[in-house]
Amino acid sequence: MNEVISVTGLVKTFGRARALDGLDLTVHTGEVHGFLGPNGAGKSTTIRILLGLLRADSGSALLFGGDPWHDTATLHRRLAYVPGDVTLWPNLTGGEVIDLLGRLRGGIDAKRRATLIERFDLDPAKKCRAYSKGNRQKVALVAALASDAELLILDEPTSGLDPLMEAMFRSCVAEIREDGRTVLLSSHILGEVEALCGRVSIIRAGRTVDTGTLDELRHLARTSIRAELAEPPRGLADLPGVHDTVVEGTRVAFDVDNTSLDVALKHITSFGVRSLTSSPPTLEELFLRHYADGEA
Amino acid sequence: MTTLTAPAPQRAGTLAGTLALTRLALRLDRVRLPVWIGVAAILPAGTAAQYTKLYPDDQAIRAVAGVLTNPSLVAINGPLYRPTLGALTTWKILASEVILVALMSIFTVVRHTRTDEEAGRFELTGAGVTGRFAPLTAALVTAAGANAAVVVLDALGLAVSGLSPTGSLALALATGGAGLLFAAIAGVAAQLTESARAATGLAVTVLGLSYLLRAAGDAGASWLGWLSPLGWALRLRPFAGERWWVLGMTAAAALVCGAVAYALAGRRDLGAGLLPQRPGPAEAAPYLRGTFSLAWRLQRALLAGWIAGMALWGGTLGSAAGGIGDAIVTNHSITDMLTRLGGRKGLADAFLAAVIGITGILVAAYAVQATLRLRGEESAGRLEPILATPAGRIRWALGHLAFALGGTAVLMAVAGATAGLAYGLTTGDPGGQLLRLTGSALVQVPAAWVLAGVGTALFGLLPRFTALAWAALGACALVLEVGALLGVSSWIQDLSPFGYVPKLPGSPLSTAPILWLVVVAAVLTAAGLTGFRRRDTT
Ligand SMILES: Nc1ncnc2c1ncn2[C@@H]1O[C@H](COP(=O)(O)OP(=O)(O)O)[C@@H](O)[C@H]1O
Ligand SMILES: [Mg+2]
Repeated sequence: MNEVISVTGLVKTFGRARALDGLDLTVHTGEVHGFLGPNGAGKSTTIRILLGLLRADSGSALLFGGDPWHDTATLHRRLAYVPGDVTLWPNLTGGEVIDLLGRLRGGIDAKRRATLIERFDLDPAKKCRAYSKGNRQKVALVAALASDAELLILDEPTSGLDPLMEAMFRSCVAEIREDGRTVLLSSHILGEVEALCGRVSIIRAGRTVDTGTLDELRHLARTSIRAELAEPPRGLADLPGVHDTVVEGTRVAFDVDNTSLDVALKHITSFGVRSLTSSPPTLEELFLRHYADGEA
Repeated sequence: MTTLTAPAPQRAGTLAGTLALTRLALRLDRVRLPVWIGVAAILPAGTAAQYTKLYPDDQAIRAVAGVLTNPSLVAINGPLYRPTLGALTTWKILASEVILVALMSIFTVVRHTRTDEEAGRFELTGAGVTGRFAPLTAALVTAAGANAAVVVLDALGLAVSGLSPTGSLALALATGGAGLLFAAIAGVAAQLTESARAATGLAVTVLGLSYLLRAAGDAGASWLGWLSPLGWALRLRPFAGERWWVLGMTAAAALVCGAVAYALAGRRDLGAGLLPQRPGPAEAAPYLRGTFSLAWRLQRALLAGWIAGMALWGGTLGSAAGGIGDAIVTNHSITDMLTRLGGRKGLADAFLAAVIGITGILVAAYAVQATLRLRGEESAGRLEPILATPAGRIRWALGHLAFALGGTAVLMAVAGATAGLAYGLTTGDPGGQLLRLTGSALVQVPAAWVLAGVGTALFGLLPRFTALAWAALGACALVLEVGALLGVSSWIQDLSPFGYVPKLPGSPLSTAPILWLVVVAAVLTAAGLTGFRRRDTT
């Protein structure tokens, strides 16, 4: 089986609120898959369905080709999970929690555990009630990363970490990717997604709005062009795929859909190009466009 | 220069925001507190009204007063100070009323202090304009207001039922004063422990000790009763030549406890208890490897506390039962009543059976508490990481239920065994009484299991209403205490599982109702687990 996670048309309602509205998500074996979307888009809900914590209303969700609701125990042997909001038992120590979660999964590699505690600079003898948010997150991360699970499901795992720990997290995930294991990473941190994820899915209001490799997504986005021409251009704003055109004498600035880039460039060269700068879409722009879509 | 005439920095800062926090507390408790106050207001007036009907003249009252000199009843409810309607009402209801308002005060104060602090909500409110003492003050003001409402409603209700206004006021103030004292005690407890659960446990333990000291005092060594806030309430003697100065003792104790609470609150850090944090083990002990051992780790402190409490409870009441025998030998005036009730042994048995009945309700509180841990873990988000491992839902739930159900049996056995041992030492047959009373106590277990079953069923089928299991327990306690008296319809009384338990020792053992209770508990538990397996977790 080449697909670790395959979700199609997933619907989940809470009372009258529709949290998921026909969501699709496919994660291939061995990839780090970015799972993106604004707050309340349904990322955590999807993950909870994949973990068999929630039951979907309709649509299908397959994990390792199995049903996450019915085959819970067998599927969970093969995965590790870091929740978005980590709460731990106040009177257990971090070390105890790491061991407990590891043993529940069928054993823990003592050497890897020690290395990770060292790398994440965690004091395992502290009671969980004394940990800050970031440290609670580190406990959950160490427990998950110390396992040799085939799939890691990480729900905004770095939202409480400092930049140093964030970098440590990235190198850990990179190692997992090199091992050929699979990661589903829900995240808001664009640098992190760019550095780690081969493919991403962007969801909004319970639906998938875009999915693919970052390059493919960029391809679908717009490029910003600024040019100095020999003579004032005509008819540029009327071209399909050209947006936000500003013409000041012989200087122009506009955004163009990458699919129409060729046509637009041919059009302006007919007015004699003296200089030209093009900036590819930043990831921010890519996300902002998707996140804000439909809200206007 | 202006700096010389500038006003001194504001000293009121430590109380800033109290009003806003009090309003918030009242808003959050807008259903809960009126229910407590309503029940506390109905009990005395309802009892008085019912007694007016039952005992219309002095002769009837004298007749029943004779029976109430029965030492076992004195140990359970306190002495009847005078053969009048008012004193009779006081005898019946004051001890229960005090326990009720004390619990109301404890839960209210802990909820608005340590619970919020533990959950981190104080960081939110504390960052606003709130002083160091504002949360404690708001909690105490809220509890005091609730007790004041109880005082007014109790006094009015009793006076309207036709009892003397002076006595009515005395009973009401005895109740409200004790409620206020326990609010202050809860205020201290909330400073000492880091967890709200432990703070509540500590304050409730003080309440339990008060009851024990009062019972031991009324059964023999009178001075013990003067150590108990509950004893003070009874010794104010409403309707029997009120001794108002006893109120002063309650007030003084409340002031002292309040002062201690403020002194402690002024000294400690936000979120900290009195004991400093100690590091724990960096690695889990080998036993901690599954859902069952996790349940053991999370439940053992609760169970250990209850075992200690039940041992003390059983031991004290068992030796009080021995004292009842002595009292009767020297008291020849009640010889005929003795024969009627089946002799000296019959009296002690009647007392022990009543005590075991109360113990059943108490231990059911443990059963509910341990069962509701399921919901507590789930809503705190601590179930999610467990269920993301191969551990199944049912396994996880069974781990906690094993403690709820097994712990209930252990606790009843401990209470019965210690009572039997203590009583047997006074009669010269410790071994025999130990076995007999342990058996008598274990008969209560299935009824307590039914309440655990109610908790499990709510958890599985109506998770957001799991706390209603406490209401069910409260209803059982009310039915046991005053159900017949207040004329509650018999079908409601029939709903309490404790009504079906044979009253041992002293009655024949009938197994059918016990087996039925086991079946009901099993069905409720199974229904809850089935519901839990099918529902979403949150
Ligand atoms: N248990 C629940 N009850 C009601 N609504 C919920 C529940 N869980 C999630 N939701 C709603 O479902 C939507 C999706 O939430 P979530 O999956 O947590 O979003 P994300 O993780 O992408 O921020 C939100 O509108 C949220 O309010
Ligand atoms: Mg989320």
